[in-house]
Amino acid sequence: MAEKLKVATCSLAGCFGCHMSLLDIDERLLDLLEVIQFDRSPINDLKQIEGMVDLGLIEGGVCNAENVHVLRHFREHCRILVSVGECAITGGIPSMRNHFSLKECLEEAYIRGVALENAQIPSDPELPLLLDKLRPIHEVVKIDYHLPGCPPSADAFWHFLTELLAGRDPSLPLQLLRYD
Amino acid sequence: MPHALLAPPQEAVQPILDRHARDPQELLQILVEVQHALHCVPPEAVDLVAEYLDVTRAHVRGVVGFYAFLSPAYLGDYAIYLSDNITDRMLGNRELAEYLCSRLGVKLGKVRADGRVSVRFTSCTGLCDQGPAALVNGLPVTRLTRERVDRMVELITARKPVSAWPPEFFQVEDNFRRSDVLFRRPFEPGAALKAAMLRGGDETLKDIQQEEALDPASGTLWKRGADETLKELYRSDLRGRGGAGFKAAIKWETCRDTPGGDRYVVCNADEGEPGTFKDRVVLTTYADMVFEGMTVCGYVVDSSRGILYIRQEYWYLKAHLEAVLARRREAGLLGRNILGTGFAFDIEIHWGAGAYICGMESAMIESIEGRRGKPRKRWPLPVVAGVERAPTVVNNVETFAAAGMIALKGGAWFAAHGTMHSTGTKLFCVSGDCERPGIYEYPFGVSVREVLRDCGACGAQAVQVSGPSGTTITRSEFDRILAFEDLATVGTMMVFGPDRDLFEAVENFSHFFQHESCGLCTPCRVGTSLLVNLVDKVAAGKGGPMDLIEIQKLSQIMKTTAHCGLGQTAPNHLLDSIAKFRPVWEARMMTREFEPAFDLDAALDEARQLTGRDDAAAHL
Repeated sequence: MAEKLKVATCSLAGCFGCHMSLLDIDERLLDLLEVIQFDRSPINDLKQIEGMVDLGLIEGGVCNAENVHVLRHFREHCRILVSVGECAITGGIPSMRNHFSLKECLEEAYIRGVALENAQIPSDPELPLLLDKLRPIHEVVKIDYHLPGCPPSADAFWHFLTELLAGRDPSLPLQLLRYD
Repeated sequence: MPHALLAPPQEAVQPILDRHARDPQELLQILVEVQHALHCVPPEAVDLVAEYLDVTRAHVRGVVGFYAFLSPAYLGDYAIYLSDNITDRMLGNRELAEYLCSRLGVKLGKVRADGRVSVRFTSCTGLCDQGPAALVNGLPVTRLTRERVDRMVELITARKPVSAWPPEFFQVEDNFRRSDVLFRRPFEPGAALKAAMLRGGDETLKDIQQEEALDPASGTLWKRGADETLKELYRSDLRGRGGAGFKAAIKWETCRDTPGGDRYVVCNADEGEPGTFKDRVVLTTYADMVFEGMTVCGYVVDSSRGILYIRQEYWYLKAHLEAVLARRREAGLLGRNILGTGFAFDIEIHWGAGAYICGMESAMIESIEGRRGKPRKRWPLPVVAGVERAPTVVNNVETFAAAGMIALKGGAWFAAHGTMHSTGTKLFCVSGDCERPGIYEYPFGVSVREVLRDCGACGAQAVQVSGPSGTTITRSEFDRILAFEDLATVGTMMVFGPDRDLFEAVENFSHFFQHESCGLCTPCRVGTSLLVNLVDKVAAGKGGPMDLIEIQKLSQIMKTTAHCGLGQTAPNHLLDSIAKFRPVWEARMMTREFEPAFDLDAALDEARQLTGRDDAAAHL
């Protein structure tokens, strides 16, 4: 049997809904695992990519410094990098904060919030710093494909992955792009 | 905060309303006059206009918001708009803008705190052959220099009304450098109309006036004259001069043969394509010829209503054009009984208010009807359902001028000039890096090289033909011909000398389209903005080959999916530039792969300040 293709996934400023949708391919996951092997992914809880992988799937936009590091790590280690879902592609719900300054956002949460004692903006070096604006991932690194949807349906994942793994153009047919 | 020098809104608006019918179609014309009277359309005026026309305030505000020269906020006692076409930039308008702003102590785009003056940029004002140009309270100031700016600042400081400024500031030249058969000598008012009517037979005009011919319904001479004139138009093979080149005779005949009420004849003088200024010159010196062409059209298609839709930038021609119309009415060339034949036709002027899209015919008709200038669906065409859904002929200024001459001299005369598929002569507006910018009339089929030689631009490295929406051509293409067979054009030729950085044109044009997109369809509204983002990214030295591919992809989407010509042609200059002048782009590329358009470390600045952190993890 040919060597399995390696796939890594991660969620940046997302809700893991895209990952849930990927798992919604249900029993087809077993067929998929015949030809792929997960590298770093929340599915197996591996924390770093070892060597190069063939395909990286990124959910969520870029909201903080850690996201930038993870995204760059993926770009460096993935032959093909895919922007998955609304938040990765456009920023999505988290980007609604872009209408306000970071100061306003943090003060709303940590200074003016209810039932706060000793209210202050957290500054622990353990915490990644937030970017002034949330960015879609293609504004930070080069992206090879966009898989749209909120989340992309299980069928969209299935179609995209099987076509791409077969070496074909993974464009989604119209019925997988309809959301109404 | 309207200024004390100007009347309070109530006092200023009422007489304007009194001059206009209580018809929602008058909305834009009323707002244009309000803007001129108050230098804004304040909320009080919106209320008065809405009540007078019985439309909602939201509708009025929607129209105010659409047009660049209508402003809800006061623009100052002196509202200065600096023309920002690439030709103005070549002549140093950016430095002059900076100088003017610093001298006046005003921020670009803002009104000075004392309400005296504001300075902002506007799209091409049609004065490319005598720039850098500006509009001050609606009047064009040409050939700006530092000295002229100094004088302007003095006059503004001394509160001199614009009417008392030196007349040489407002001197607009025709710069008609070469004329051919159409514009060689002055046009004799009435000649073409008489010729058209006399084509019904060899009788003199006196015979037409006889009883049997008087009634258009029964008069055979009457009808025959119109039919024969249409045949002459067919023989001439005249094609529309607005750029698209549709055959005028087919349009006129379709309009005539479409049933449905009173028809309209509309002359398109919106002339918004940057670098185009021929309509200004034609309407300045050959207005009679244009109006006569429109009247002949009214005669042929059996219409009594003509409309000249003209861009706001040419407001200074208002008195002149109205005087020409009045003179024609006196001479019996317009009105209820033209040349005593009973034929009724009159022309009214509709003013645009700053919108490139209104040069597109169905958007223009929306504007004529007093609404936001958004293009209609493609079908039915205006010739079937145009103004008030009546059959409407829409032709360019130059087309009507040519039609008038064809009525006078015949189709064969016209068709003897030009090429097989592009008969007659064409006006070309030459500007940019040349010794003699101005208007040139040539028979169709002239080569780019010949025009460049005549205007004194032999060293040119590129010519933008037909404006930003047209074609960029390189030195190796200068033997191509200007005609519908090869380079179809509205007549615009912006010349780029050997030392010009062509990327400046790319930036100028892409921002122009972003500003002028009407917002109706997503491919154009979003596409023009995405293109600007990418162009700006390349300009900032952060572009890579990926970005060029993205520009090409987006361009293709816009060309195939945009609702109207604006979005479909907006990426032309980018595709041309990337294909023909790739080194211009590559010179700006610092990366071979991909780089963000923004500075990631700077994006952490605010968070660093808020947390007081500066450790290694606080940087990218």
